[in-house]
Amino acid sequence: MQTFDLGAEGLRALNSALHALKGQTNMTEWEVINPKGAHAIAAGVDAPVDITVRGSTGYYCAGMNKLATVRVKGSAGPGVAENMMSGTVIIDGDASQYAGATGRGGLLVIKGNASSRCGISMKGINIVVHGNIGHMSAFMAQSGNIVCLGDAGEALGDSLYEARLFVRGTVKSLGADCIEKEMRPEHYAIVEDLLRQGEADTKAKPEEFRRYGSARKLYTFNIDNASSY
Amino acid sequence: MTDFPRTPPRYSATFTPAINAEIRRAAATGIYDIRGGGTKRHLPHFDDLLFLGASISRYPLEGYREKCATDVWLGTRFAKKPIHLDIPVTIAGMSFGALSGPAKEALGRGASAAGTSTTTGDGGMTEEERGHSRTLVYQYLPSRYGMNPDDLRRADAIEVVVGQGAKPGGGGMLLGQKISDRVAAMRNLPKGIDQRSACRHPDWTGPDDLEIKIMEIREITDWEKPIYVKVGGARPYYDTALAVKAGADVVVLDGMQGGTAATQDVFIEHVGMPILACIPLAVKALQDLGMHRKVQLIVSGGIRTGADVAKAMALGADAVAIGTAALIALGDNDPKWESEYQALGTTADAYDDWHEGRDPAGITTQDPELSKRFDPILGGRRLKNYLKVMTLEAQTIARACGKNHLHNLEPEDLCSLTIEAAAMAGVPLAGTNWIPGRNGGF
Repeated sequence: MQTFDLGAEGLRALNSALHALKGQTNMTEWEVINPKGAHAIAAGVDAPVDITVRGSTGYYCAGMNKLATVRVKGSAGPGVAENMMSGTVIIDGDASQYAGATGRGGLLVIKGNASSRCGISMKGINIVVHGNIGHMSAFMAQSGNIVCLGDAGEALGDSLYEARLFVRGTVKSLGADCIEKEMRPEHYAIVEDLLRQGEADTKAKPEEFRRYGSARKLYTFNIDNASSY
Repeated sequence: MTDFPRTPPRYSATFTPAINAEIRRAAATGIYDIRGGGTKRHLPHFDDLLFLGASISRYPLEGYREKCATDVWLGTRFAKKPIHLDIPVTIAGMSFGALSGPAKEALGRGASAAGTSTTTGDGGMTEEERGHSRTLVYQYLPSRYGMNPDDLRRADAIEVVVGQGAKPGGGGMLLGQKISDRVAAMRNLPKGIDQRSACRHPDWTGPDDLEIKIMEIREITDWEKPIYVKVGGARPYYDTALAVKAGADVVVLDGMQGGTAATQDVFIEHVGMPILACIPLAVKALQDLGMHRKVQLIVSGGIRTGADVAKAMALGADAVAIGTAALIALGDNDPKWESEYQALGTTADAYDDWHEGRDPAGITTQDPELSKRFDPILGGRRLKNYLKVMTLEAQTIARACGKNHLHNLEPEDLCSLTIEAAAMAGVPLAGTNWIPGRNGGF
């Protein structure tokens, strides 16, 4: 276990050390202490290592993560795991806005609530939120899955493409071109798998979720749909 | 009946035939006009400025004997690896998707041969461009199509795009006709649908967030890469100041003459400011912050000749970027395809429906048959030639002004032919010492 005191050694030293791990994995356990809400903690890591941050983080924690597992023992600021490529990011507390924005792969787990625009423009990431997700979540979401055990705020899935949204609680409103869709067997399987991966399989069952997706009516501009935008 | 002279037909200056045609088109289709390129209206521009040349008070340099350097460093503020270009004319961001793969390759070939950089675009980095561009600037756009940390690290610089001159405040749209399998895969979207590019970044808003975003990108790339911030010509004084505050190494400022692959004509023609009006305000912001020449300024939008390059630099820019001019150098809108332009209902030098993907020159298309018409090796050679000519022209002017480096050109080398251009550029009206607007703020 490598213990890194962020307060004493600074962000540049941390990320530099983590980036240097690419291509070698003999130091797989990392602990970051004294994060004190710093931004860009463990951004750009590209190695199958396990990093535990003991405290809350600022913006863009685990941004563009590849392969690593990053655990935040606190809450995360805006843009956690933005553009994540692969790996796993687990937030014990809440996540601020834009969680998982544009993420391309991997798994983001938020054990508290996620704020607005969770999964905005997501491109393949899977996101499991144990609590609620805020307004405009999954805006322009392209692919991947959101599993929300709580409620969704206004305009869920506005201008959605091919991402799948599974919500257990209420949805305050759906955004443009987002509709409720049938839960078929393959969708129950997806939810079951993500609940397990997201450490939520004891909290909810797949059959409790409803599925939301794109109506695909806005895929090609049509003047008759102008009032939908 | 007496045959009196009749009043000849008189066109309205307000309801011109072109305006009336657009009203009829809108009435028939119910949709606004979408096109590529930049503004087509007359604007105060570099043509309204003249160089004074040398005289008794300053002596010229010998044209073929005395050196006039053209190189430029970009990204010297924070980046561990700033860029050094041989010439101050760069290639602006144009996407794979809007352009064909061979066209991107040609831009890389031509720019590298001339000693300058190319820039990716909305849609990610292609092997054609990375492989052929010695210096490649990777755009970080609101859509984040194709964005990944590996490409960030193999770029030579990163350009955070806030806006562009053709449509400050607007996003993009790549129509379904141009969404091939490859384009769709790069953008992670279904084939054949209209692909919208967002107008705002998904994970930051405002200058304070931008500062953190830039810091994150620097951390991911270990502070090696110069970070540019590109803005459209909207509020150049404040945008430049805020970009500097946010930590930019380079500010890219794009006037309304700058082109786009596709957007609404009404946006292109009615939003933003001409580049001539933008440059002095951006330079003033840099000077007020003590950052002129420390944060470099690249300007674009209607740069066509070495004279334009020299004028932009005399007003305080460190370099320029070209987009439309580069496409024309490659062969876009060439009269040799006139019969096909006619078949599309247009004519050479006016073709701007790049979004439809039917470009006879094979440049702004994903159609494999049309793309075959374009030879990237020949196109690259043409672009290199053009860049060399622009540089020689700028050097010619700089030597005539007694300057041994293009960066030594200054506003005092210029005068203006019109009151409007004098006010915008902040140089005297020719034959006077009058700079309209001076002493009265800006």
